[in-house]
Order: sequence, then C-alpha cells, then structure tokens
Amino acid sequence: MIDVPRILIIDDEIQIRRFLRFALEASDYRVYEADNGHEGLLSAAKIRPDLILLDLGLSDMTGHEVLSALREWTRTPIIILSVRDSDQDKVAALDGGADDYLTKPFSTDELLARIRAAMRHAQPEPDEPVLIFGTVQIDLARRLVTRSGEAVKLTPTEYALLKLMARHAGRVLTHQQILREVWGAEYLNETHYLRVYFAQLRHKLEDNPTLPSLLITEPGVGYRLHVD
Amino acid sequence: MNDDHRPDPDALLAAIRRDESRSKRGRLKVFLGMAAGVGKTYAMLQAAHERKTEGVDVVVGYVETHKRAETEALLAGLEIVPRQTLDYRETTLEEMNLDAVLARQPALALVDELAHTNVPGTRHVKRYQDVVELLEAGIDVYTTVNVQHFESRADTVRQITGVAVQERLPDSVLDLADEVELIDLSPQDLRKRLAEGKVYTPDKADAAAQNFFRVGNLTALREMALRLTAERVDHQLQDYMQVKRISGPWRSAERLMVAVGPSPYAESLIRWTRRMAYNLEAPWLAAYIKTSAGLSPQAEKQLAANLTLARSLGGEVVTTAGDDITEALVHLARQRNVTQMVVGKTQHPWLRNLLRGGSPTERLVRAAGDIDVAVVSGDAADSRPQPARAVLPIPQRHSTWRQYALAVLVVAVVTILDLLALPWLGYVAVGLTELFAVLLVAVYIGRGPALLAAFVSALSWNFLFIEPRLTFEISRTQDIFLLMLYFLIALFAGNLTARLKQQEQQARYNSERSLALYHLAHDAARAVDMDDVVRVAAGQIGEAFDAEVGVWLAVGSGRLSRDPHPGSTLTLDDREYPVALWAFDHSRPTGRDTDTLPLSRGRFYPLRTTGATVGVLGIHLRQDDGLSFEQGLLLETFVAQIALAVERELLDQAAERAAMVAESERLYTTLLNSISHELRTPITALSGIANTLAAPDSALNDDARRGLASDMQDAAARLNRLVENLLDMSRLDSGRLEVKRDWCDPCDLLGSAAGRLKQRLNGRPLTIACAPYLPLVAVDFVLIEQALVNLIDNACAYTPTGAPIRLGARLEPGTLALSVEDDGPGIPSDELARIFGKFYRIAGTAAGGTGLGLSIVEGIVSAHGGTVAAENAPGAGARFTIRLPLTGTPPQAKESDL
Repeated sequence: MIDVPRILIIDDEIQIRRFLRFALEASDYRVYEADNGHEGLLSAAKIRPDLILLDLGLSDMTGHEVLSALREWTRTPIIILSVRDSDQDKVAALDGGADDYLTKPFSTDELLARIRAAMRHAQPEPDEPVLIFGTVQIDLARRLVTRSGEAVKLTPTEYALLKLMARHAGRVLTHQQILREVWGAEYLNETHYLRVYFAQLRHKLEDNPTLPSLLITEPGVGYRLHVD
Repeated sequence: MNDDHRPDPDALLAAIRRDESRSKRGRLKVFLGMAAGVGKTYAMLQAAHERKTEGVDVVVGYVETHKRAETEALLAGLEIVPRQTLDYRETTLEEMNLDAVLARQPALALVDELAHTNVPGTRHVKRYQDVVELLEAGIDVYTTVNVQHFESRADTVRQITGVAVQERLPDSVLDLADEVELIDLSPQDLRKRLAEGKVYTPDKADAAAQNFFRVGNLTALREMALRLTAERVDHQLQDYMQVKRISGPWRSAERLMVAVGPSPYAESLIRWTRRMAYNLEAPWLAAYIKTSAGLSPQAEKQLAANLTLARSLGGEVVTTAGDDITEALVHLARQRNVTQMVVGKTQHPWLRNLLRGGSPTERLVRAAGDIDVAVVSGDAADSRPQPARAVLPIPQRHSTWRQYALAVLVVAVVTILDLLALPWLGYVAVGLTELFAVLLVAVYIGRGPALLAAFVSALSWNFLFIEPRLTFEISRTQDIFLLMLYFLIALFAGNLTARLKQQEQQARYNSERSLALYHLAHDAARAVDMDDVVRVAAGQIGEAFDAEVGVWLAVGSGRLSRDPHPGSTLTLDDREYPVALWAFDHSRPTGRDTDTLPLSRGRFYPLRTTGATVGVLGIHLRQDDGLSFEQGLLLETFVAQIALAVERELLDQAAERAAMVAESERLYTTLLNSISHELRTPITALSGIANTLAAPDSALNDDARRGLASDMQDAAARLNRLVENLLDMSRLDSGRLEVKRDWCDPCDLLGSAAGRLKQRLNGRPLTIACAPYLPLVAVDFVLIEQALVNLIDNACAYTPTGAPIRLGARLEPGTLALSVEDDGPGIPSDELARIFGKFYRIAGTAAGGTGLGLSIVEGIVSAHGGTVAAENAPGAGARFTIRLPLTGTPPQAKESDL
C-alpha cells in the first residue's frame, strides 16, 4: 500500500481552501494549506507534497514568482488556479513549468481529473506499449493507430502530434510546447500548423469531428487530449 | 418720439452697461485744456498728491514736464515707473512702459498727453489705447489733453488757427471719461505765462506768441473747450435723468447717414456728421456706395482711411453696391430708417448735370422725400489736390503697344481693300468703311487704339481718297464733318467698351468673391469636425488671399492654445504669438494695418461668437502690400463665417457631450436595475439553500439534497455568467479589448464553443454544419468563441428545453459566415434592430439575463471589422449570423509535412 498522496494548496482565500480540503479529503488525499507565497514555499520544502495547487493571485508575491521558485528545486506537479480573463497568465505559467491549469469556477470532478492526470505523469512512465482512449488505440511499439479496430493512416507529423498528446493525456499542452516538440524551436509562431493538423487528426479519429471529444481545443492556450 | 415719461429702454440698458463696465474698469479722469501751458499737468500732479495723501497707490506712468520748474517740483515724492526706450530712425525715444505699469498694478496711474502718437514698435499706435488697456486692467488713470486734439474739432481748429492738427483723438475717448476737469485760463493770463517763460523757453515763446498763441486763437480754443465740457455735462445730466426716470426733454429718434466716397473731403463730412449726431444724441452711419467704376490704388487708400475714421468716431460703416449713387443712397437711407442724410457739395460739369436731370445733390434732395438732406461744403483736410475725375472714368488698364499696332493694321487692311474697291464705291462710301474700321477697333480693342485708328483713318482717307487725292487738302464741309465724326465715334465707342470691360471685371470680381464665400460657407457647413473647419478656413482663405492661415482656439476658460489647431498652415514664433494672444484677450483685430502692434508681420482676428471669443485667426500674406478696403471687407466676412462654423462645431460638441451624459445616465440606471436584479436572484437562492441545509432538524432525503445542490450550482453558474458578461462589457467599453489575431479553423471555433456549453445545453440536439474546405481565418479565437458562446447561450435561453440548435459555418463572397439558429418563437420583427443594444431585452421574455450578451457579441465582432445580424429564419426561429471579413491568405503548411 503506497502512502496517501499529499497535496499542498497555496491560496489566500480561506473559502477556497476549505472547499478544496473537503473535496480532496473526500477523495483520500491528505491536504496541507498555505495562505501566502512565502508560507507556501516553506511548506513545500518541509512537506514535499505530491502535488501543489497554486493560485496565481496571491497577496505577498505573484503566483509566477512562487512557480519559478518551486521549479528551481522540485519537479512536483503544479496545477494553476486562475480566472478566465488571464489567458496570457495561464500560458506563461504553463510555459514556466506548471503542469496544468484550472479556470475558476471549476467543478470538483474536473479538479480531481486534473489531479489524477498530473500525478500519473509525475510517476515514472511504465513501459506501456499500447495506449487506449475510447475507441482509439495507439500502439507505440508498432507505430500503429486504430479506431474501432480499423487501422488509421497517419502522416509522420500527425503521428508525432498524436503521440505527444497521448503521452500527456489529460493535460493541457500550450501551442508553443506542441510546436517545439513536434516541429522544432524555429516553428514557435506557426500556430496555423496546429489548426490544420488538429483538424486532420479529428477527421481521422473523432466520431464527430466538428464536436470533438478526444482532441479538445483550449481557447487561447493550447490543446488537451481528453481522458474520461 | 417718446410721448410718455418712461425712460427709453435702450438708453437705460446703455447706461447700465456703462455702469457695469465701469465698476470693473478703472476710472478715467481727463484734465482738459484749451492749449499748451494752461497748467493741465500741474493740476493733474496736484490732484495726484492729494490722492496720495489719502493713501491711494499712485504711480507716474508718463509725465512730460517740458522742463517747467513748478511742474518738475511737483513730481517729487511720486513713484515713477521707468520709461521704455526705443530706437527709431537712429534716435532713441522714450515711451511709457505699459507692461511695467500693468505689472506694477497701482490704483492710479498718471499718463500725460493723451493724444500722443507712440513710436512705431510699441504695442499701440496711440497713447489713448495704452490708457484704455490700463483702464481695462482696473487701474484708474489721470490724463491730460488739449481740446484741439479731438477729431471732431480738428477741422475747426485748422480753420481758426491755420495749423493742421497732427495728433488726433477719437471723441469717443472722452465718453470713456468718468470725470472731465476743465483747466481754464483766460487768454490774457496764458499769454502772460508765455511771456514769463513758464510755458516755453524764451526763444520758442516769442514765435509761439506770434503764431498759435494769438488772443483770437486762444479765445476761440477756449470757447471750444468750454463748449466740449458743457456738451458733456449736458449728456451726463441726460443720462442721469433717463436712468432716474426724471422727466426731461426726450430727444426724437434721429438717425444720421453720411455719404462717404474716396475723396479727402469726406473726412470733414464725417466729422461734421459725428458732431451733429453727438448733439442730437443720434446714431449715425457712414455709407459708401460702390459703383462699377474701379478706384485707383490711391483712392482705395483714401476710402479706407475715411471709413476707418468714421468707425473710430463711432459711426457704423455700411457699404452697398449700385451704379446710381443717388438711388442707392436713398434706398439705403429708407432701409435703415435714416432721418437725415449728409452729403458733400460736389462740383460737376453742367453739361453732365443737364444730361442726368440735375446735379447729384439736386436729384438726391428730390428723391429723398421726407428725409432731410444736409449739404455740407467739402473742405479737404490736406491741400493735396483731388485727382480730377474725368467726365467718363478713365479705364484702369492701359492698352498695350500690340493693341495700337493691331489698330493700325486694321486700318491699313481696310484702306488697301478700299483702294481696290474705290472705282465701284466712291470716296464717301470708302470714308464710311473706314469709319466702320474705327468703330471695330473701338469696340474690340480699346479707346486709345481707336483714337489712333481714327487719326490714321482720317489721314489716309483724306490723303488717298478725298479729291484732290494724294494731298491733305480738304474743302467740302461734309468731309470735314465726317472726319470729326471719326474722333467722336472713336471716343464714345472706346469709352463705352472701356466701361463695359470694367463692369465685366467688377462683375467677375464680385462673382469670384461670392463664389469664394459660397465655397467657404458650403465647405464649412459640411465640415464634420473642428479640424475640418480649420482646414477649410486655412484652405479657402489661403487660396483667396495667397496667404498662410492659422487658427488658435481657446482651451479651457479664456486661455488661448499655444499651438495652432491641426489643419493650420501658419505657426507663430514666440515673438509673434503675443500678438495673437492680444487679439484674443481683447477681442479686437490686432497686428498689421490695425492700431495695435501694427509692426507685426501678420494680422490677427478674434473669432467672435455670440457668447465669447472662441479663438483667433491669423494670416500672413505671402506678398504683403496691404489689403484694399474690398479685401479687408472680404477677409472680415470670411472670419465671421469661420467664427460661425467654429461656434457651430463647439455647440455640436457640447450637444454631443450632453447626449453622452444623458445616455450614460440611462445606461447607469438600467445597469443598476438590471444588475441588482440579476445579482439578487441567485444570491437569494444560494442563501436560502444554505439556510435549509444548515437547519438542525432538517429531514432532507438524498433526492432533496441533490436537488438543492443542483439549484446551488445553477445559481452559481448564473452569477458567473453575469460577472463574465460584465467583465467582457467593461473590457469592450474601456477600449482595452485587444484583438489577438491568429489563424483559426472555423469548425474548431464552433466545436469549441459548443463544447464549453455542454452543461448548459443539457442534452439538447446540437448540429454543426461546416462547409467543406473552409479556409483558416485570422481572428481572435478566444473572443470569437466567446461571441458564439453568447449566441448559443441566448438560443438556449429563448427556446424550450430540448429544442434543437443548429450551428453553421460557410463562405460568402469575401466573408466567413458563422450562424446560430434555433426553432424558438423568433424575434418580433420590430425589435430586430434593437436587440444588440446594451441592456436591451425583449419585453415579456423570461426572467434572467442582463441584456448584455448580444451587445458583447456586437462589440467583439465589430472589433474584428465584421457584422452580426439577427433575422427570423423561414420556417424556424431566430438566426444570428456573424460575418467576418476574410483578410489575407492563410499560410500553407509545408507539403513535406503532409
């Protein structure tokens, strides 16, 4: 039996912390709280949590400062909590090392799904040759993709894109992250590649390409491969 | 006539105005004398000392002691503001330092010799203008002046003493005086003082005693001074009686008009009229009738001087056009209710008078009817001879030598033809053809060439055709008569042509002028904003006068902007800007050709509107040799037009501001009503549910708890929507909305929006119809998705649960159309246009919603340069269509990647 996962909440709103505590403890997490950035950094060093929920709007320092201070010494998954208006904040946080983000207000289900996804990636990757997402199967060893059992023909770039999304299933990847991984650092501004390739992938993999359920657009931020 | 004893309202108003402006203005006391040496300065200094002992802050602005010992002694003990020195034609002259006195802000300033003309280079031409400025600054002024300097007395003084008075003062200055003290001295006493050397140094005194200071002269001047003072006292008494409703000898409503022409004699006519009008207490006009005959530059100048004089003496200048001066004058007089006309006695050739039915004066008297006509003998102010006016006006343009050559050529050709035709025609008919040639030259070329043609024809006809031929002998009377006819016809026809040409020129000038004014009025009326008005002004005036034009507008209250308004073609350096500022501060034309700062390069006109001075128009003529009277008039009309346009623009702006305030008030009220309702409803639900849950003895089963929890979620979602809408709206309104365009897949936009509303849709059938091969569009994904979310949300709100919603994306020429369509009741057709308005909600619709969603859509789409339209789809409910312009070509992904 492994230890109960520990989660540190850094948020200056007591109501938010209390609600998170209830929700997380009900799902068998151990919860620690910090109501400002400094305390958060200290607690993180002391407790060594398995995941950190970090609010971007803190009273003593910005969430970005806390994030970069944490990332200097730990690879613990960090999920950002933010409001909708600040797409740029989210992107900056994700590009600055955060693993995911949640837009306030969010539902408990969403929160738990994100936490699970983030934690899964933090664990050493098990050598799993076949990834399954609904009707779609990706056989990494054989470089084979099937949908409802039928082989789907993908171009090398499409395959690389799908593989990247699948490896980070459930997590958001920013435009820049995807472009860098699949195309290379010199293509960071070519976001139209993403539009074209995601449309193509959806046509090949989704049941209803216009209303995708697997490859989700995160407006202004990036894409996410959705897992149930 | 005022039959009753009520005060005349106009007079009352004038008196009140005078009182009002006096209370802010400094008080003026004039020490009036009949001649130099009566002791005006002495009296003024004495009075100043008295005031000083009363504790009044007295300074000497300028006092000329003329080295008189008694006077100089009195200067002691008074603070003297140092004079300014000016270099003028290699000498250094001293003037009062107006700015220093203004800066010193004394209670009372002494300024000697009111009629003095300032050295060129100072701000004002005349010292009395300095005094007026001091008064306007609230400083009391004591000043001195001799009676001979008043404009209205200048003629009389010259007649009596034989000396032309150079330094003259408008009589209206005396009207400004609150107090006039006459320094009276008998002529004998004055001569005694002169003899004692108290007035001039002995060497000058002798000459003075011989010339100006003769007893006869002095007696006349003394009478004049006494009379001037008496007239003033009379006026003051009447003012007083009118204001205090004391019954008195009310004057009849007289109105005088003087006919002014470009003659130096007109000056004395103007003075005469002014004097008369003053005594009658009547307003007066100076009328100039513009005829089609042009004026020489000298006459133009004289005319401008005459009209300026009339204006400076308080007359209203009226100009009108007409070739029959008599008729035009009478017409004008009737139009303006004139009771007396003043005209000069004119000398006209008797022949012309006979032809026209009497001399102009006689005809005027006949035509005037019940209007009195005063005929005043002209008396030129200077001895400069009036250029003799020919019976028929001399055409201004002189014929060129080419025209003379052409005339000779015409005669030569006709003569050669005549030589050939002589055998058939006979010499008399030949003579008539030559006469015809002269007529042609006269009509088509001009008078000079016609006279030459007449001369040449006469010679050639005589020499070549009249028997004995090849001699200049002539015997028959009828031949001589015919020869004389040559010259008469040349003269008359030539003159006729000249006059026609002149009239044509005048007509052209007039039409150009009205065209220019029309253009200005037209363009100014079409101007959409202040920049436009200024641009029009600069353009039109610049073109009409070949000038650079600038407009400076008032900023805030009563300050003039330093920089010219955009659209101006003229900027001012630091030396010239104060000139514009003066024009603005004092609301008077300033600069070149005016009385104030005449040495500056430009002319500056205040833009006066009914309420205030709203700015200044400045003009630099590229070739400045002075404006003619006509041009000045035109420019003033232009300036008035522009002031009107500026005023209209200011009123527009004010109205716009008022409308905006009203609109924002309305929005504010709606906002408060709507928001408070929208906020309170979910808050009430939340707090109610919380109470229910908190109740200690609640026996809620699981179903009930789940129901409450779902209600709480709905209430929270509603609050969240409201907050997001408000945030979006405020971002749109504040203009902080930044459209971050990126290439987007239209289908992705629709899918993403629908995905975000999964919960709200709650299982409704939703279809997305994407046309194949849609190009990428450069839009802000987040914003357009938000717009779509709002539209879908709107469709959810206005259709029953479970009703389908259809999304579509298709290409239209040049645009991408994204549509959201439902099967609901649709939108009442008369409300279609208004539903995008802020806080607008269709009456009678379900509760919930702020009326913000659609206006946010509109704001977002128009920020993208697109449009959003609402319609009722045939056979379905409402259809909203966002149309986004397709700009640029989407970049292609590299082939190798595909």
